[in-house]
Amino acid sequence: MNTKVAESNQDEKRAQFQARIERGEKIEADDWMPDDYRNQLIKLIAMHAVSEIMGALPEKEWVPKAPTLRRKLAIMAKVQDEVGHGQLLLRVVEDLLAPLGKTREDLFEDLFTGRLKFHNVFHMKAPTWADAGVIGWLVDGAAIITQTMSLDSSYAPYARALYRICAEEKFHAQHGESIVLELAEGTPAQRQLLQDAVNRWWPALLMFFGPPDDGTISSNQQLNMQYKIRTQTNEELRQAFFDKYVPRIFHLGLTLPDKTIRYDEAEGKWHYQQPDWEEFKQIVRGNGPRSAQRLQLRKVSYEEAKWVRDALLAKQCVAG
Amino acid sequence: MIDYSRVQSAQLAMQNAAYLLALKELLFQLADDDFILAYRGSEWLGLAPHIEEDVAFSSIAQDTMGHAVILYEMLEELGAGKADDLAQLRNPEDFRNAILVERRNGAGEYLENPHYDWAYAIARNYSYGLFKQIRLESLHNSSYLPLAQVSRKMLTELNYHLFHWQVWIRHLAESTEEARRRLEAALEKVWDDIGDLFSLGPLAAHMVNFGLIAGEELLLQRWKEKGKEVFHSIGLEWPGDPRVPQQNGRAGEHTDDLVQALATLSEVYRLDPTAKW
Repeated sequence: MNTKVAESNQDEKRAQFQARIERGEKIEADDWMPDDYRNQLIKLIAMHAVSEIMGALPEKEWVPKAPTLRRKLAIMAKVQDEVGHGQLLLRVVEDLLAPLGKTREDLFEDLFTGRLKFHNVFHMKAPTWADAGVIGWLVDGAAIITQTMSLDSSYAPYARALYRICAEEKFHAQHGESIVLELAEGTPAQRQLLQDAVNRWWPALLMFFGPPDDGTISSNQQLNMQYKIRTQTNEELRQAFFDKYVPRIFHLGLTLPDKTIRYDEAEGKWHYQQPDWEEFKQIVRGNGPRSAQRLQLRKVSYEEAKWVRDALLAKQCVAG
Repeated sequence: MIDYSRVQSAQLAMQNAAYLLALKELLFQLADDDFILAYRGSEWLGLAPHIEEDVAFSSIAQDTMGHAVILYEMLEELGAGKADDLAQLRNPEDFRNAILVERRNGAGEYLENPHYDWAYAIARNYSYGLFKQIRLESLHNSSYLPLAQVSRKMLTELNYHLFHWQVWIRHLAESTEEARRRLEAALEKVWDDIGDLFSLGPLAAHMVNFGLIAGEELLLQRWKEKGKEVFHSIGLEWPGDPRVPQQNGRAGEHTDDLVQALATLSEVYRLDPTAKW
């Protein structure tokens, strides 16, 4: 009897919650929320947070090597912003994890064991300075497109964090574009560096938005749309990316490693060659070209700083 | 007749060869110290003990590199060459930074298995920061007015950096036994190197006579006074007088660590220094 009452209470709460979502209301951290809503958010925001943190690493490779004093200052600030985004998002996800008795430490453990994945683009090599430019221009450009969609997320703390993140990402895209323009207008060797980097990043950029839907939308995407955590499909986002960047890439006199890409006026969409989605799965599972090395970097620094975290905790206890 | 106790511009400084030489030598010391330490800071990016510290440390490294840029640009104005070339194309023996700032962050490379020592980062940045504070205060009275002017702006930023590192020193000294042990070991390591930080190099007498900066003894004495006061308040034992390293960075003598740092930081620029980047 009691179980039944509890169940019907639960159903009623869920219905009320869904009604709030339908009315376009925003959910706050302390509000009641169904477990699957919480879990979807944790999955999404934890992945976003660690992607920002892991995403600092490929560009960071070029921070100490940036070619001029101005570039050195700019890229250091840019990568610092990414780490800062990671921190903002960690704070959002920490609040969601708290009722489950989990902390930031658990997230890092999940990252190291491979349970928590990070974005495919950050598993890739960044072997030249031009890669630092292309990451800023196109990877951040792609991120702006997905994050702008989530500005309207039903979860208010995430939307607020994204509001600030998007503002900074726009600067990043300009920073990347400035590096790219300088190379595009530079010597033949500089242009070649840039073209090679665009070729290298193209498949990863397509993968960034996730596999296409082929008429069926994954249960994951469906749930996120039902809860208005996201409002557009992977393919819609990828098309928006093409709309914005393919003309710009061609305008710089660069080519794409996809000879078939074309815009169909009648259909109002881009046709393009699919990247290898099997490879995508391998990459996000942690089998990308630089996955192991980047995780190792984070792991070593995390483990070797254990004594520092211990010291801070001990100090906190004494002070408390 | 130019008054060499108040030199208002680069043009005026350039009219006296001896003054110009001493001034440039001093500016290279200031710029190279900040530039190389900021470079070491940039290697730490993404690897600090926690995310919040990563953001804070990077801000400090950016400020510090910003100071170096201002100083290299002052050198450019004095006809020493293009600021980017000064930072990236000079040979190691032309650098005037102290040995302390060029030391590696720890074993390994920033790209591969960096076994960086956070206690050393704190000890080095704090000790250097305290010295920089004293040096900047002295530069407030420099006869080269453009330098006196920027020293005030730099000091307001540096005071925050120093406060940050002082909080860390206190945290480590007052927490676990391990943290204190590591901090003390790192301070010992810093003390082994720190001697030439106070050196003004071969042109020291000219710098002082031209009123560019206070003398070495005075800088060292002030640093010791302030340092002892802080150490005492935390209950840390003062490691004694700074020891002089084998090389004197102010005279262009350096370790392989600087050679490695310069090769890395100029790798892209050297692909084509005449190109625009």
